[in-house]
Amino acid sequence: MKTFKIYILAIAVSFLTFNCSNNDDNVTIQPTVPDFSGTYSQADQMGRPAVNTVFVSSANKDMFNVTIPSEQNGAFQSMFEANLTALSPAFANPGDQNALMLDAPTFTGLLATDVLNVSLDGKTTFFDGTNVLTGRALADDVITVELLLIFGGEDFMENPTLSDDNVDGNDKPFLTSFPYLASPW
Amino acid sequence: MKNLKTVLGVGVLAVASFFSIAADHIDAPAVQGGTSDVTDFYAFQGENTDNLVFVANVQGLISPANTANASFDENVLIEFNIDNTGDNVEDLVIQAIPRDGKMYFFGPVVPSQTGLNSTIETSAAVGGLVDITTYGSSATVATNGGMSFFAGPRDDPFFMDFAQYSAIIGGTATGFNDPGVDTFAGSNVMSIVVEVPKSLIGGSGTINTWVESKTK
Repeated sequence: MKTFKIYILAIAVSFLTFNCSNNDDNVTIQPTVPDFSGTYSQADQMGRPAVNTVFVSSANKDMFNVTIPSEQNGAFQSMFEANLTALSPAFANPGDQNALMLDAPTFTGLLATDVLNVSLDGKTTFFDGTNVLTGRALADDVITVELLLIFGGEDFMENPTLSDDNVDGNDKPFLTSFPYLASPW
Repeated sequence: MKNLKTVLGVGVLAVASFFSIAADHIDAPAVQGGTSDVTDFYAFQGENTDNLVFVANVQGLISPANTANASFDENVLIEFNIDNTGDNVEDLVIQAIPRDGKMYFFGPVVPSQTGLNSTIETSAAVGGLVDITTYGSSATVATNGGMSFFAGPRDDPFFMDFAQYSAIIGGTATGFNDPGVDTFAGSNVMSIVVEVPKSLIGGSGTINTWVESKTK
C-alpha cells in the first residue's frame, strides 16, 4: 500500500518545490493537493434494501437515516412491528411466523437494525433457498424475498398475488468482472 | 396470514410508502432527489473469491438524456461502514469522495470517530483513486494494493414493479401482475464500486455493513 501514500506525497512535494522556486514572483500558487478538510455530517444511510421505505412511517424517515445502527432497534423496533402487522395482519396473530420461523417481534427486531450481514467465508446472497442474509449480490431478487417474508406465511405459499412482484431480474445483464454493474443506458 | 382484506385498508402505511421508492431510492424527505440520496447498497464476494465488493449507488432514476450531466457532488462523502465485532458500530470505514474528476478512496481504515460525523481519513495507509468515468466512455478502473476502484454512471441494477406496489399500497390494485413491469428499467444511477481483499476487513466470519452519505 505504499504507492498510495507515495502518490499523495509526490503531489505534495511537487507543489512545495514549485512553490519555492517561484518565491520571487509575487504569484499565488494554488495547491494541487485536494482539500479534504472539514467535517461531514450524516444525510442518508442504508443497510438492507427497502427497509426505510417499507417499515418506517413518513414522519420518521429522516430520523431513521440519522440514527446510528446500534441505536435503531431501541428507537424503531416497535414502529416496525406496528407497520408490519398493519401491512400483513396475520403477523398480529400470536405465534404467526414467516418462512424463516420469525414472528413479528423477532422479524422486526432483525430488520430494525438496518445493517447488511455479509459472510467472508463463502457465498454471498440475500437469500437463495439455502443461505440466508450472507450478503447482497446484484442479481438477488431482494424484493420478492422481502414480499415472501412479509406476505408468504410459514411456507411461502400464502397470498401469492402479494408475495411476488414477478420482476425477477435486471433489465441488462451484469458483468462477471469488475465493476460488475452494467453500462448505463 | 388469512385476513388479507385488511391489507388494502391500511391508510397510514399507504401514506408512508407511496412517496418513497425502494430499495432506498428517494427514501426520505431530507435527501430525496438530491446528490446525497443513496439509492442502493450491495456487498458480495468478488470474481476473485478472496475479495469482497462494495457498491453504493446515489442519485437514482437518471434518464439516459440526463446522464451526461449527472455528477458526483464534492460536498458529499460516501462511507462504507464495516463492523467486524458484532456490535453494529463501525470498526473500519472505506471513504469515497470526488475531487476534480477523480474519486478518492481512503481505507479500509479505523475511523478517527464513529457515528454521524466524519472527517476524511487522509492518513489512511490504504486506498486509491480513479478517474470518474464519463457517460459514453467505457468503464475506467484503477487498482492499488489489491483493491479495485470505479466511479461513474451505470445502469441501475435494482429491479422491481414499484408502480404496482404503489397501486396495491394505495388501494387501487389487489395484487401484482404477472409478468410485472420493472419500474427501474432504462434508468441510470451514479455508482461507486470498490473491491477489497477480505484480509483487510476481518478475513473471515460475518461482518455487518452499511453505507452512509455525509455532507459538508
